[in-house]
Order: sequence, then structure tokens, then C-alpha cells
Amino acid sequence: MMSVLPQPTRRAEFWAGVKDTFPLVVGAIPFGLIFGAAASANGLSFAGAMGMSLFVFAGSAQFIASGLIAGGASMAVIILTTFIVNLRHALYSASLAPYMKHLPQHWLAPLGFWLTDESFAVVIARYTRTDDSPYKHWYFLGSAVFMYVNWNLCTYVGLRAGQIIPNARDLGLDFAMVVTFIGIVVPLVKSRAVLACVLVAGLTAVLANPLPNKLGLMIAALLGVAAGVVTEAYFPQPAQDKPSTPAEGEAVEAM
Amino acid sequence: MNEALLVAGMALVTFAIRYPVLALLGKIPLPEPVFRALRYVPAAVLTAIIIPAVVIGQDSHLDLRLTNAYLVAGLVSAPVAWRTRSLLLTIILGMLALWGWRWLLTLLG
Repeated sequence: MMSVLPQPTRRAEFWAGVKDTFPLVVGAIPFGLIFGAAASANGLSFAGAMGMSLFVFAGSAQFIASGLIAGGASMAVIILTTFIVNLRHALYSASLAPYMKHLPQHWLAPLGFWLTDESFAVVIARYTRTDDSPYKHWYFLGSAVFMYVNWNLCTYVGLRAGQIIPNARDLGLDFAMVVTFIGIVVPLVKSRAVLACVLVAGLTAVLANPLPNKLGLMIAALLGVAAGVVTEAYFPQPAQDKPSTPAEGEAVEAM
Repeated sequence: MNEALLVAGMALVTFAIRYPVLALLGKIPLPEPVFRALRYVPAAVLTAIIIPAVVIGQDSHLDLRLTNAYLVAGLVSAPVAWRTRSLLLTIILGMLALWGWRWLLTLLG
């Protein structure tokens, strides 16, 4: 994926973003269907579930909120939990911000709203590629809109036809996101610093997995970043082996 | 519970995490060490999503057995990604590994 764009135009970037996000959209389908299908059992109305997908647009947080409603949690607890579950998005925004500083607010606000794990993964890979396309935000837009439309469609279908849908997880579609992320991460491991980063992040994620509300993920990400920084400082390597920067970057290679 | 208020509250806190950092961080010059640290975020966070997804089973316990098809498919796709550097090939072979291994497991009962 990571489509080759010889002469990037707005339209070409948009559709490249759509294309590269396709496997992640497939991976999100079972979760959208399950969220919709389980909503009424959890005590969430049609409008409530649809409203979450339309206005919150955060899969993990929606699942956890739905479970908390079923468990009779108060509104304050659910909103605070949503905040904690979504904290990792601040890391994504911070990583993307240096590449997007030229954009006006009417671009930053919707792209910020549409930021997800999936779009972050493909969009940061696009931004770290060395070509100087001025339309990389159109790639972000394509990725984000595709994820958003799909998530809301799946929520709707799940709400309407929840009972008759075969268990999409039995088909293994939930693995599509994981294998896409594997395809993005593995080529990044080009230095001892990134190796230390992924080893620490992976091990911490497993050890901290019992923690609620995605806190394990957040801690693992922070410790992984710290491991990368420390290794880079104490075991310096030639410049070409370091992870990419906007100036010298090279991310997932074209195919 | 007032669902409209709940959705509004959830939408507000989520947007308040995603947007302001994006809007403000680009405007202020980022100290070089912070910028260097942020380059590790994609590798760290994606690994932190991948590893539990393949080694933690449905019962939320560590499952390193070969009957865990997610683990086997992950172990197949990582070297494919390393050797080919092709995302598409990694996804195709990874999914085929998952389905193929599951099929073998059902054959073996």
C-alpha cells in the first residue's frame, strides 16, 4: 500500500488515503457491527448509539461507555472514563502537529475530530515520507472520512440487523487491523533505539494489560518512547539508521 | 440517564484531547528533544496495540500456545513485513495464515 504518487494532486492524495486505509476499515467492520448490535442490550437507545458514533467517533471509548451504562455507572464516571481511554490521542496529535502547522483551523478542527488509531497509523507514515507533496492533509482527509463513514454505517447496520449478523470476529476480520499495524511497524525497526522502543512497549503492554481503560496502552507507549530516547542517547548510531524526521524521513516503503 | 447530555459530554472531552494539541503544538516551536521523542510514538503505540492482540486470549490470559491462531499469524506476518517491506503482501499472507491455521486446528479437532 502506501501508494506511489508521481505527481500528487489533492484528489490523488485523497484517494491514496482511502486506499491505504482499506484494510483498517475492514478490521473496524466487526467492531462497528458489534457496537450497534449490543447497544440495546446495554441500555443504549438507537439515537444514543448513533449519536456516539456520529459525534464522539472513538471505538474503544464507545464500547467501554456502553458497558458502563449496562453496569449502571453515573454520567460523570462515563465521561471521565472516556477522557482517560482517549488520552492516547494527545500523543497522536503531538506527533502529527509539527507536520500540520501550516494548516488553517478549518482543516485542523475536522481532522482532529476524525483522529483515530487507524488513521494515525497510515497518516503518520504518509507524513514521514520524504516527498514534498503539499497535499498530505488531503491523504489524512481521505483516510479519516473513509473510517468515519464506515464506522457510522456499521453502527447503523448493527443497530438495525444486529441479531442476524454472523459473528464477524469468527471470520477473523478483527485481525485485519493487527496485521496492518504489523506491516507498518516492522519496517520501522531499523535501529537499536527503535528495537528497544518496541521491545519495551510490547512487554509493558502485556504486563499492564489488566489495567482498565486503555491505561496499559498509554503506559506502554510512554515507556516505549522513553526506551527509544534513552537508547538513542547512550548508543548513538549513524544518522541513516535513526528513525525518520520530516527532513530526512523514510517510512513504510512504497509498493 | 440523559443520553443527549452523555453523548455531548463524551464528544466534548474526546475533541478536547484530539484537537487542541494539534492546533497549538504546531504554532509554538517544539524543543528539539521533544520532537525527537515524538518520532518514537508510532512504533511504541502500534506495538502496544499489536502484542496484546496476539498473545492475550479471549479469556484475557496470556496464551502462547500454538492453538492461538492470532499468535501464529502474527509470527508469520512479522518476517514477511521485514523481508518484503510490502504492506499489502503482509496483510494478505497474515490473513491467509490466520484462516489456514484455524482450518488446520479444526481438522485436528
